[in-house]
Amino acid sequence: MLHIENLYKSFGSNAVLKGVNLHIYPGEILVVVGPSGGGKTTLLRSINYLEKCESGSICLGNNYLLKDGRYASKQDLKAIRRNIGLVFQNFNLFPHLSVIENITEAPTRVLGIAKEKATQDALNILGFLGLSGKANSYPYELSGGQKQRVAIGRALALNPKLMCFDEPTSALDPALTDDVANLIKSLKVKGMSMLIITHDMEFAKKVADRIVSMDQGQITNEHMYDNEKTGS
Amino acid sequence: MDMINNIFEYTLLLMPQVLEGLEITLKLFALTLIFSIPLGILLALGRLSRFKLVKALTSLYIVVIRGTPLLLQIVFVFFGLPLIGITFDRFPAALFAFSLNYGAYFAEIFRAGITSIDKGQYEGAEVLGISGRETFFHIIFPQALKRVLPPVGNEVVTLIKDTALVYIIGLDELLKVGKIACNRDSSLIPLIIIAIVYLILTAILSKIMTVIEKKYDYYQ
Repeated sequence: MLHIENLYKSFGSNAVLKGVNLHIYPGEILVVVGPSGGGKTTLLRSINYLEKCESGSICLGNNYLLKDGRYASKQDLKAIRRNIGLVFQNFNLFPHLSVIENITEAPTRVLGIAKEKATQDALNILGFLGLSGKANSYPYELSGGQKQRVAIGRALALNPKLMCFDEPTSALDPALTDDVANLIKSLKVKGMSMLIITHDMEFAKKVADRIVSMDQGQITNEHMYDNEKTGS
Repeated sequence: MDMINNIFEYTLLLMPQVLEGLEITLKLFALTLIFSIPLGILLALGRLSRFKLVKALTSLYIVVIRGTPLLLQIVFVFFGLPLIGITFDRFPAALFAFSLNYGAYFAEIFRAGITSIDKGQYEGAEVLGISGRETFFHIIFPQALKRVLPPVGNEVVTLIKDTALVYIIGLDELLKVGKIACNRDSSLIPLIIIAIVYLILTAILSKIMTVIEKKYDYYQ
């Protein structure tokens, strides 16, 4: 589904990604763990084209976002990025739009879906996320967990093939970790691949199909926790 | 009792002139807002532009306009520009100078408002595939607008009082009407009446700004 080969990225003289290789299979939930400063977030941002890398390849399905250090054309980038959803650590909801408007904004503006249809789809998504009653609320009226679900819903509305989560448990009450894990697992039913960045090991074990760890700009131990997981 | 009666009658007598002055003041005020706010938004975008030349030119404009007195700018437009063949009537000259001047102040306010919006809002829109233009107009600007309402309100109130400066090119706005009556009748009462009219105007404007701010209270 997602193939990353030999990805390099530096900020000035500070190399952050030093030859990252990573593969995510269709429908897989891959969790990247590791200490902060290890390059996890930069990797996630690079996949979402929020950071530009100097060399390497990023390929989604059969489409190269980045091939041997060269980015796809503007149009192709747009098409490829449409298949990738991202849930930010602090959600980045649009505070001046209601929950339903947050979700319909992209489908109506980007995909050109009629407002009625987009609203109906958004209501279905909200139902799936257990937020039916919150359609007309504004982000500031929601709890952290609810905001996160809206952020997930907003990304879901574009039907991405790959969903990325940046530290999904960091802004939440620890008691909600199980809920988030279950929610992410339930998205798997929709056939999406998922890439999760976290340093919460407990959460990683709960949610992952596979865990890799990342430190000093490299995926250091591809199957670090696999045995433990299959053994349990 | 007689004195109060006299003052009342005198006020009534002055009213037609005051209302004429008020009309000029309000016209200049409203038209200046209509021109200077869009100009301010454009200048703010120029200041934030990626293009160095645009950025430098708009910055220079703002430095010059904010760095010189409005009164001087009015004089310059009305008496100076004719020297290079650009001639204005009194009112258009005043409107032109006011719009250029207030545009510069609004530009700085809007620039501050736009830059105060979190980078995450741009990224949030970007990963959803929303174009830069739509991000600005539908995501960033509406939020910036809410934040700049209080300083914009300040400028609006200042503007209504600044309109008095156009006496310099002989426009009969409120203050000039008051001054003429004051000299003619050897009385300070016209100036007091004018002061009260300004007070009423600023009170109404402040109220309007509060109502608009309330309208944006639906989110935080």
